[in-house]
Amino acid sequence: MSTIFEILRGIPGESDYENKGVIVQGITGAYGSLHTRNMVAYGTNIAAGVTPGKGGQKFDDSIPIYDTMKEAVDATGAKISAVFVPARFFLSAAREALDAGIKLLVAIPEHVPVRDTMVALDIAREKGAVIIGPNTPGIMIPDLIKIGIMPPTPFKMGRIAVLSKSGTLLYEISDALTSAGFGQAITIGIGGDPVNGTRLVDAFEMVRDSPDIDGLVVVGEIGGDSEEILAQSIIDSGFDKPTVAYIAGRAAPKEKRMGHAGAIVMGTYGSAESKVSMFGKANVPVAKRPAEVPLLLSRKMSESD
Amino acid sequence: MRLLEFQAKDLFREYGINLLESKASHDIVQGRKDAEVLGYPFVIKIQVPVGGRGKAGGIQKCHNANEFESRYPQVMGLTIKGEKARAILLEKMADIKKELYLSLFLNRSKRCYTVIASAEGGVEIESVKNQIIVEVGLGEVSGDVAADIAQRMGLAGSTAEGFVDTLMKLSRLAVEKEAELAEINPLAIMQDDSVMALDGKFVTDDNSNFRHPEMEQYQEKSEIESMAEKSGFSLVELDGDIAVVGNGAGLVMSTLDMLSDNGGRPACFLDVGGGATTKSVYEALTLISKINGVKGILVNLYGGIVKTTVVAEAFLQAYENNLIDVPVFSRLKGTESEKAHEMLEGSRTKIFDLLEDAINSAVMEANR
Repeated sequence: MSTIFEILRGIPGESDYENKGVIVQGITGAYGSLHTRNMVAYGTNIAAGVTPGKGGQKFDDSIPIYDTMKEAVDATGAKISAVFVPARFFLSAAREALDAGIKLLVAIPEHVPVRDTMVALDIAREKGAVIIGPNTPGIMIPDLIKIGIMPPTPFKMGRIAVLSKSGTLLYEISDALTSAGFGQAITIGIGGDPVNGTRLVDAFEMVRDSPDIDGLVVVGEIGGDSEEILAQSIIDSGFDKPTVAYIAGRAAPKEKRMGHAGAIVMGTYGSAESKVSMFGKANVPVAKRPAEVPLLLSRKMSESD
Repeated sequence: MRLLEFQAKDLFREYGINLLESKASHDIVQGRKDAEVLGYPFVIKIQVPVGGRGKAGGIQKCHNANEFESRYPQVMGLTIKGEKARAILLEKMADIKKELYLSLFLNRSKRCYTVIASAEGGVEIESVKNQIIVEVGLGEVSGDVAADIAQRMGLAGSTAEGFVDTLMKLSRLAVEKEAELAEINPLAIMQDDSVMALDGKFVTDDNSNFRHPEMEQYQEKSEIESMAEKSGFSLVELDGDIAVVGNGAGLVMSTLDMLSDNGGRPACFLDVGGGATTKSVYEALTLISKINGVKGILVNLYGGIVKTTVVAEAFLQAYENNLIDVPVFSRLKGTESEKAHEMLEGSRTKIFDLLEDAINSAVMEANR
């Protein structure tokens, strides 16, 4: 299977190397059109858009719009889609994309019912495709390709992988990293939902062995046990590149949903203490505040020199 | 949404799960009528959306009208883990042989539904021993799977049959209502070997509410929560004195953590979502003005393209309209910040470049 870098960047020698096409589902909606323009401005090759009933038109006089994903994929050969449809239409959009041969589906909408996510994941598994999200800010290789809603300013090309459950904390911490001289090789938004297409551990496995990575930053939050599972995987795989984590929600009360559908502590399940303690076992320091992340990373970097 | 016990039991009843006779009331006048219909003895159970009711005195036996008259108001007046009584459930007493545990929940890391069952129930799930854990895909539990679980629990005969029946009904209920958790603890084996749900916990996926208009009756929201939802915000009320506002759930949680680390006590968690406009910030301040005991407002906004002047405008409007009269400590990362500083000069809003400085000032103000 292709690595995430191969999907996003391609392989040297390919005609579309470093210019992979992306199809935007829901391109004419307010949200979809705003971010399509932002992605184009960033340099992402938006090959086509899909809005049922608007096939044959062009978005901003340049990007062809199709009625169906099948037509869009057949016409462009794109393997990546960014879904901007309202949450209640996510499942049908995802099904259509996966059936049409999409291999990387970036699911932006918030408030997708968990059942719909699980059904979409079953289809993706069958088709050998990857879903990022839902409720993700997206995925990017800074200065090359941006698929999602991230503002461009915090990010800079570099050699750190950033995996984050939260959008704004991804921006905040990447900004702090960039200011400290740590650019990013890739940033992956996991999303704030209870069930994620790509869990932290899956994202870790996508980047772990990449020669483009010198270090890893994990931005987690309360809820679930995906940080714990990631920490266990770091231990089991003997991953030895400098890694630093941040966990949001230490001060949150139990049994309250803190903004994200997935950010809820039930008993001890999902608590910050559990995550911090597991990262401790994996020898991953956990920053107390976002600004501390680059400081801890510098320290880890100099230890490993 | 999280249902109260009597609401969960309404659903259990609808799906044919065995229950003791019970009646829910919101005041003692109705309670007296319920008591008459049920007949003594019975149990008075407080209805709150948190666990640990028994330990807190929220479940009391009642043998006669004298006990009822003293205990009903007593239980109704309890506050458990910050939650006041929403209702009172009167339920007939049970002659129990044994307590089991049964739940079906959304397993986040396995990304499927999972059944947990145990022959040793009646305690909190963390303490339940000999748990039998079975992954069941999208949630439907077949008769074979249920029978296998019953056997592993050591159940036989009519008890096993009752358990299988209960699990299958519970799973159908959970699937149809898109539950995150459906729990019966304890599930009791009665003296006649039948099984009965003595308690019920039921949590559904809020994101699926649009498909379940029939569940709307169970939705419990304060006025301020409804307002927040209307604006597309997420709000959690807390018991401190500094209101915390920001854009993005992770960022607001992070701000809450740092405030607490510095000795501050958050009055609320308010996430206004992705961007920040004059309108959204003004609406956020409107919500906060309805929370009691707020001594200061801490605002943390991060946006690549947020104009800080736009946010400053919202603060000015809020003071002008007498919406708020407490100081605002705001960290704004964005453009035109010098102009924003100028706009706010002489007002009770201070803009900071560093969140740490905004937090320190807010904590000092609250402790003054």
